[in-house]
Amino acid sequence: MAEHTPETPIEHGTSRVKRGMAEMLKGGVIMDVVTADQAKIAEDAGAVAVMALERVPADIRAQGGVSRMSDPDMIDGIIEAVSIPVMAKARIGHFAEAQVLQSLGVDYIDESEVLTPADYTHHIDKWAFTVPFVCGATNLGEALRRITEGAGMIRSKGEAGTGDVSNAVTHMRTIRGELNRLHGMAEDELYLAAKELQAPYELVKEVAAAGKLPVVLFTAGGIATPADAAMMMQLGAEGVFVGSGIFKSGNPAQRAEAIVKATTFFDDPDVVAKVSRGLGEAMVGLNVDEIPQPHRLSERGW
Amino acid sequence: MTRVGAAPTIGVLALQGDVREHLAALRSLGADPISVRRPAELAACDGLVVPGGESTTMIKLATIFDLLEPLREAVRGGLPAFGTCAGMIMLADRIEDGTVGQETIGGLHITVRRNAFGRQVDSFEEDLHVDGLADPVRAVFIRAPWVEAVDDDVEVLARVEAGPAAGRIVAVRQGPLMATSFHPEVGSDDRVHGMFVDLVRSS
Repeated sequence: MAEHTPETPIEHGTSRVKRGMAEMLKGGVIMDVVTADQAKIAEDAGAVAVMALERVPADIRAQGGVSRMSDPDMIDGIIEAVSIPVMAKARIGHFAEAQVLQSLGVDYIDESEVLTPADYTHHIDKWAFTVPFVCGATNLGEALRRITEGAGMIRSKGEAGTGDVSNAVTHMRTIRGELNRLHGMAEDELYLAAKELQAPYELVKEVAAAGKLPVVLFTAGGIATPADAAMMMQLGAEGVFVGSGIFKSGNPAQRAEAIVKATTFFDDPDVVAKVSRGLGEAMVGLNVDEIPQPHRLSERGW
Repeated sequence: MTRVGAAPTIGVLALQGDVREHLAALRSLGADPISVRRPAELAACDGLVVPGGESTTMIKLATIFDLLEPLREAVRGGLPAFGTCAGMIMLADRIEDGTVGQETIGGLHITVRRNAFGRQVDSFEEDLHVDGLADPVRAVFIRAPWVEAVDDDVEVLARVEAGPAAGRIVAVRQGPLMATSFHPEVGSDDRVHGMFVDLVRSS
């Protein structure tokens, strides 16, 4: 090979590197884990990444109180235990928790409504970090605002810790419907669309032209069965987060693997049927409608 | 065998990973790309791309869905194949830092070190000179592997040029097999895919 001098030095934490990391997770399942043992089970079941947290959403919901970033020792233990990417959650707006998680070497930070928000006005300025962020969204405007703040990946919020998939469905359908509407708009309609979406015009214009988000879109919140995962993928999700659904069920290893298979073969009902057999009990569900309004997690963030 | 002049059918292993980006790059080069999740789909291919993603997930799904042996047979039988990042791991004969007992399709006579550059905060991009291309490519490395060792029949196409890993092998070719540690499918530069499509056309 010829000798040469590189024109530009190496660059870390660019948009391409951050968004690209999420591209590599597509078609995969990211599983909530609270111990190193669970992380191993998730990796063995074929998870593309694990989300390290102290309590799964179902327990956060049951136990109440303020929910925060996990203990660094616990996150270290999970990073040690597996070779797949490890994600962890910071509270909305809590940039110091995010700084800690970056220094621990987590691969993706979830600025998550599942934890108690630290700032009810501002989200974290995610451009200030080398590590990429995933954020929840219930609609297109919310997704675009998070991307404007530097999120490298978006997920539907759903209603975490319930096993009730209905909110995730609503969020995915809403985002997809709004993307389609934007894609069909005349250029001179985009100024008003940007105002209504409360998102920057340049980003709205880019998304309108592409007909899709500039980052990967996963689904999260209430996914508990292989059929749930298959439905969300058919609705346009590019991958699946499963929170309480696995380790709050009767047979976590088997259910985890079944959801992985159903996510890959989401459009093949024979496979989904086969993997749905003999899984034992799914997590005990909680209907979103029965949760009093102040306790609905998906309404956190804006 | 490819008919002269016809668009070659190039499969992208679609068990998990950034399949869509590879399909788009191949389509823009005039190939006829298809997603491969089943042995019958593999049988229709003149070439195969193994995408970026999570290698432990891909190998698990390939095993469960009875695709691993057909993949091995196809590669042994001379099917041109191109792996990026996790795809490079999948095509390597030997892995360092894999999960316990992690298997591969194999075929490339190389030893690959998984997650060699470190965690996601260590992921980077740089201008990389690739043998056979006039101008450098903007190479995106994401929790990437590198090639620890190559046998004599493997041609080294690129090495990291700056930073602590300078000199590490990140692109190789061996007969009809190619692999890169980086992701030529991320971004709009399709020249590396062009090299592979040429390889398929000439096979």
